[in-house]
Amino acid sequence: MEKATRFTLRVKITVVIFLVLFFLPIYTGLTDNGFYLDLVNRLMILAIAAASLNLILGHGGMISFGHAAYLGIGAYCVGIPAYYGVDNGPLQIFLAVAASGIFALITGAICLRTKGVYFIMITMAFTQMVFFGFVSVEEYGGDDGLVIDTRSNFGSFINIEDNINLYYFILISLIICLFLIHKITKSRFGLVIEGSRSNEQRMRSIGFDTYRYRLICYVIAGCICGYAGALLGNFTNFISPEMMDWAASGELIFMVILGGTGSLLGPVFGAAAFVILEEWLSSLTLYWHFIFGALLIMVVLFARGGISGIVTYLGNRKQ
Amino acid sequence: MTPILKITSLCKQFGGITATNNIDLNINEGEIHAVIGPNGAGKTTLISQLSGDLKADKGAILFQGDLITNMPSNKRSLLGIARTFQITSLMLDMSTLDNVALAVQAHSGHSYRFWQDARQDNQLIEPALYVLKQVGLLGRKDIITRELSHGEHRQLEIAMALATQPKLLLLDEPMAGMGGEETQKLIAIFKKLKTGKTMILIEHDMNAVFSLADQITVMVYGEIIATGSPKEIRANQKVKAAYLGDEELQTC
Amino acid sequence: MDWVLFVTQILNGLQLGVLLFLLASGLTLIFGIMDFVNLAHGSLYMIGAYFCGTFTDITDSFFYGIILAIPATAVVGVIVEIIIIRRLYSQDHLDHVLATFGLILCFDALVHFAWGPEGMAIPLPAILDGQIEILPDIVFPTFRLLIITTGLTLAIILYLVITRTRSGMLIRAGASNRTMIGALGIDIKTLFTLVFGAGAAMAGLAGMMISPITEASIGMGNDIIIVAFVVIIIGGIGSVKGAFIAAILVGFIDTMGRSFLDTFLKLLLSAESAETAAPALSAMLIYILMATILIFRPQGLFPPRGR
Repeated sequence: MEKATRFTLRVKITVVIFLVLFFLPIYTGLTDNGFYLDLVNRLMILAIAAASLNLILGHGGMISFGHAAYLGIGAYCVGIPAYYGVDNGPLQIFLAVAASGIFALITGAICLRTKGVYFIMITMAFTQMVFFGFVSVEEYGGDDGLVIDTRSNFGSFINIEDNINLYYFILISLIICLFLIHKITKSRFGLVIEGSRSNEQRMRSIGFDTYRYRLICYVIAGCICGYAGALLGNFTNFISPEMMDWAASGELIFMVILGGTGSLLGPVFGAAAFVILEEWLSSLTLYWHFIFGALLIMVVLFARGGISGIVTYLGNRKQ
Repeated sequence: MTPILKITSLCKQFGGITATNNIDLNINEGEIHAVIGPNGAGKTTLISQLSGDLKADKGAILFQGDLITNMPSNKRSLLGIARTFQITSLMLDMSTLDNVALAVQAHSGHSYRFWQDARQDNQLIEPALYVLKQVGLLGRKDIITRELSHGEHRQLEIAMALATQPKLLLLDEPMAGMGGEETQKLIAIFKKLKTGKTMILIEHDMNAVFSLADQITVMVYGEIIATGSPKEIRANQKVKAAYLGDEELQTC
Repeated sequence: MDWVLFVTQILNGLQLGVLLFLLASGLTLIFGIMDFVNLAHGSLYMIGAYFCGTFTDITDSFFYGIILAIPATAVVGVIVEIIIIRRLYSQDHLDHVLATFGLILCFDALVHFAWGPEGMAIPLPAILDGQIEILPDIVFPTFRLLIITTGLTLAIILYLVITRTRSGMLIRAGASNRTMIGALGIDIKTLFTLVFGAGAAMAGLAGMMISPITEASIGMGNDIIIVAFVVIIIGGIGSVKGAFIAAILVGFIDTMGRSFLDTFLKLLLSAESAETAAPALSAMLIYILMATILIFRPQGLFPPRGR
């Protein structure tokens, strides 16, 4: 009974959110307000990244403080080919996903041999490595970044040079990624990941090679986030090492926690809350980072269920 | 008869402390072999070395003729060795059914299956429900494990070990902290399981030991001081001396 | 090989090493004793630098500036520990990471508010602002030499405190076996606060010593803190000895990589590709070092025993 109530509230909210997202361009088109479209584009891309982080952090208990690396790698996989005049979309996307996957495989193989704090710090260090790597390559702009002149070219399939088309491209990407992650977490594989978070030793003693399963999960999350990075590069038309600054990784964790780790839509709520807060607070004061930081501390000390936890709480209370 | 498990001069040291010292032991197929001894005798260390949770410093373990001394625990599990933990070790934030279903899943091929909903998968659910029924936890299948009672945790430990369909079951004090009635229930379960499974049982409850065991091994300070049938053990002078005051043995 | 450059770079590596040690020793002790991950340790490094700048301005003396700024930074550390950090010890590492990330944002914004967005240059007194000929033909800035000697002296003092005194014994016991301290009946709360304050002071001192060279700026702690993480990962989290050896190692490798890697690569590659590859590779060198060490020793070089 309890489950059913929560379910319907969840479904209602989900449907409303996606309906709003679906019709938003029509509204912004009528009111000629491109600002909101940009805001929501950014929100949706970050939601994909946060959802992929939630796969390892929330479901797998792997606290990666370096997830922004994949955003950067994905974006550079659009930017560098474009710099050489290669705008083939499927190729760029393939590069973004493959490069992210390989980076995740190599670093994950080392990180996952360690536990707890080591894991947190090592993921952080590897991302910083990529950051400094790109900072020192002058060819691709170094510190200053690189302007992407042409967006990914998908031929006659879709032309994302058009902002409305790009919007729907991102929206559909978000839906597909969320669906994929949903399927993975419910599958046999997902069950193993969840079990390994809960009690790794026991999982090994009943016969699972947990290291390999966690590594594969780490790679999948990296690939999805790399895809989000490719979208980000297309959306901003600009790439810079700053995308994988460690603060960016911290912000992704913040979104996941703010949204609540346990649910599919949590990261979407989290990304939305983050983007809206950022916009709103930065319009209020120059020192908005202070409010932001204080809020983060408050969430840790007082509200560990996140937004999704509040929804669950309301759902339970209603019956 | 060739033994299903053959242990030769197995050793483990922690710093300067010898936990197991030159253990030689044969376990025959289909028997319940109890290992008893005072606290700190190295019984749990022995079990952990057999399950692969601890590496042996020296010695060899042969399971069904295969040398498994350096095999990691997940591989031993796939060969058919399962253990329960003295201190309950479960996936506490998952449901009872999930815990057992995972154990079933571990032994039904690889888990690189990303699409089908595992919680609707009858190949996992049915065997899991069967085992839960065996240990009497069927009514509690949807409860989050954290909320089960201590006795139920012990039952679930056993259910998970059983769900891997082991040939050899390593039971590390399965009755610890249980009431009389619950202990009787467990004894009945083990008796029923006896056909077709070999068990090594560590237990302080002498009642349980003497009503279940075919063979008993007594360990003191990491060494075996006696092995034999319950009758022989009861009559053994060294064993009596080791159990100071030896009331425990006489009351049975 | 240019020997003058080589010796100079060895000294520069040593200087980076001792600065890293000042940061890393506090981090590793805080983690070892309290099981606490403090991302905001770099903020204390920044705060130390700004305090030093302001006090130098007021007293018109860099020495007084440092003498006043050290206790001031320690006080900031103690206050933060009492108000926020203390409530987090019992929570998990994810909470530590998030809350201290929040703290970084707060600190950066506060510094922005108090000192403005511009960096703050700190003038050196005339006696420190020169160069010394340490070996024939080799001159080295006096102030950098002072950083090295101060850092090494502090390392020795820290070593003596930890190995020879009663509180040092407690700290060592705590770092290798946390439940021990409770069993010894020590006032844990006070010990934690003191260790945190001491860590803050050392981080602050590192910031004060670097700021006359680079100037104090917002976010200055955020890059070096990750290098400090690399140091304690290599050294073994909780080990001060490991932190010292790893700090010097990382200091050397980073400095040497930046100055000599291109020469070295030119032996293997064409001049052109060496020119492109060397900067990127040298920037990533210490992380590659970390990864290599972790492959062979997942717990670092000196993992504390008993854990």
